[in-house]
Amino acid sequence: MEMKEKNVMIELREMSKSFSTKNGMVHALDKINLKIEKGEIFGIIGMSGAGKSTLVRCINLLERPTEGDVFFDGVNLTALPPAELRKARQSMGMIFQQFNLLMQRTALENVCFPLEIAGVKKEEARKRAEELLEIVGLADRKHSYPSQLSGGQKQRVAIARALTTNPKVLLCDEATSALDPNTTRSILELLKDINKRLGITVVVITHEMSVIEEICQRVAIIDSSKIAELGTVEKIFTTPKSAIGKQLVYSESRPQTNFDDSNTRYCRIVFDGETSFEPVLANMILECQGVVNIMYANTRNIDGQAYGQMVVQLPPDEKMAKKMLAYLEAKHVNFEEVDYV
Amino acid sequence: MFKEGILQMLGVGIYESLYMTLISTFVAYVIGLPVGLILVCTDKEGIRPIVWLNKLLGFIVNVLRSVPFLILMITVIPVTRAIMGTTIGSKATIVPLVIGAAPFIARMVESSLKEVDKGVIEAAESMGASPFQIMFKVLLPEAKPSLLVGSAISVTTILAYSAMAGAIGGGGLGAIAMNYGYYRYQEDIMFITVILLVIIVQILQEVGMRIAKISDKRL
Ligand SMILES: Nc1ncnc2c1ncn2[C@@H]1O[C@H](COP(=O)(O)OP(=O)(O)OP(=O)(O)O)[C@@H](O)[C@H]1O
Ligand SMILES: [Mg+2]
Repeated sequence: MEMKEKNVMIELREMSKSFSTKNGMVHALDKINLKIEKGEIFGIIGMSGAGKSTLVRCINLLERPTEGDVFFDGVNLTALPPAELRKARQSMGMIFQQFNLLMQRTALENVCFPLEIAGVKKEEARKRAEELLEIVGLADRKHSYPSQLSGGQKQRVAIARALTTNPKVLLCDEATSALDPNTTRSILELLKDINKRLGITVVVITHEMSVIEEICQRVAIIDSSKIAELGTVEKIFTTPKSAIGKQLVYSESRPQTNFDDSNTRYCRIVFDGETSFEPVLANMILECQGVVNIMYANTRNIDGQAYGQMVVQLPPDEKMAKKMLAYLEAKHVNFEEVDYV
Repeated sequence: MFKEGILQMLGVGIYESLYMTLISTFVAYVIGLPVGLILVCTDKEGIRPIVWLNKLLGFIVNVLRSVPFLILMITVIPVTRAIMGTTIGSKATIVPLVIGAAPFIARMVESSLKEVDKGVIEAAESMGASPFQIMFKVLLPEAKPSLLVGSAISVTTILAYSAMAGAIGGGGLGAIAMNYGYYRYQEDIMFITVILLVIIVQILQEVGMRIAKISDKRL
């Protein structure tokens, strides 16, 4: 038990946050319990207004929880006096959707900023800042002002800035939501690289499943102020349990369509990295001597393994359909009968 | 055209007007800038909310701002006498000018500082910046262009006030316009002083705006 706790970087314990507004109390977070492990890339996903931003902002106490505790590397932040809290914050980098760079400072001066705050000497700060701009691939733009940089470049500067103080954690609130798909991919690559190279724990807030899929190892789904589901990305992608999880996973790339002819049966087959999908389907067809109609197929590459799902229309012949399902059962294929795609 | 004496008088008028305006602007900023800063920081949405202080300062500023300048000048005569030892001339005018302009400047500064992106302040907080560090490393530098625009507006407003002070014994171009145009019906001299005032306002305004524009890195 004690050993296990040593691997925990961030822990939220029975944490709630309410806002009092003119129209009464808004309960943004309700008794959240969450452990984020050292060195992992942890995703938090949910619909707009679910409470994602509030949750990350509670991690570094930009927002003070109304109830409960926030532990950071074993220290209870909610109990710290202001000066010590500020000190602790220097070990937590944060990047934002809108970059939030100082507009009147150059890229280099922006990256120097946290070091100035921490009281590091000027030349030393400059040297470190230049190293970091190198890491994020912007060494040649160090004298540019934010207004002269593209969105992706601004986010790189923000990442460099967040890393100058050697933080243990990097909090990312919708860090790629203002960027186009290609830039998003490159920023996600950078985050992954930073996580691998520097061993920094990364917390990624997003409303896009694709972001989670791209870089996260574990994910928590937030829905109406609570954690609806939590688990490894593979698990949640292949077998989401909560309603919100199903909605996020299955309807990400297409609108959900219900089939109205109730005579036909459909089956959703899940590929969880243990069965490769081609032989399964081909073998089933050969074995059962019947054909299926592929209604939908989508496979993804998660951490180097194939994951995905496919919805097939079973043959109208009742016996044949049964035979096929039995075959899948026998092969330990993960499947379920569905009435929607 | 004009007698030597009149040209010299206008020269002195320009000098006195600029002297009153610039000194008053400077002193008014020494008071107004910190007050504006405190108003922003102690606001309930600010980086260091102190509600009572904010309310108190806001109230004082509003009271001073709602007194018309001419009335203010007369009401503060005892203060002027106590500080300057006299109640006439351009030196004496500095006191009411400062008292009249400081609250105005405080509000200008407040509105400039409020333009600073909340997200940037939050980013600084997330890095562990203290309220003082945020004030001096974020709020003031990020608001600099806007503060400079504000100072161009303030300086011209104070020049206009200083001309008004001419009516009750202040010095400068305002006094000349008053003495010649109003008391002696020499409208030509009054017109010249008005034109001079317009030119000075234009120059101050233009210079202020240029500096603001050059200093702004947002393009
Ligand atoms: N300062 C605040 N005052 C009042 N209510 C707030 C405040 N901040 C957040 N809320 C409310 O808390 C809830 C959660 O907001 P939050 O910003 O955390 O959502 P989110 O999941 O980040 O959404 P989005 O994807 O749109 O950014 C919302 O109902 C929001 O209106
Ligand atoms: Mg948000």
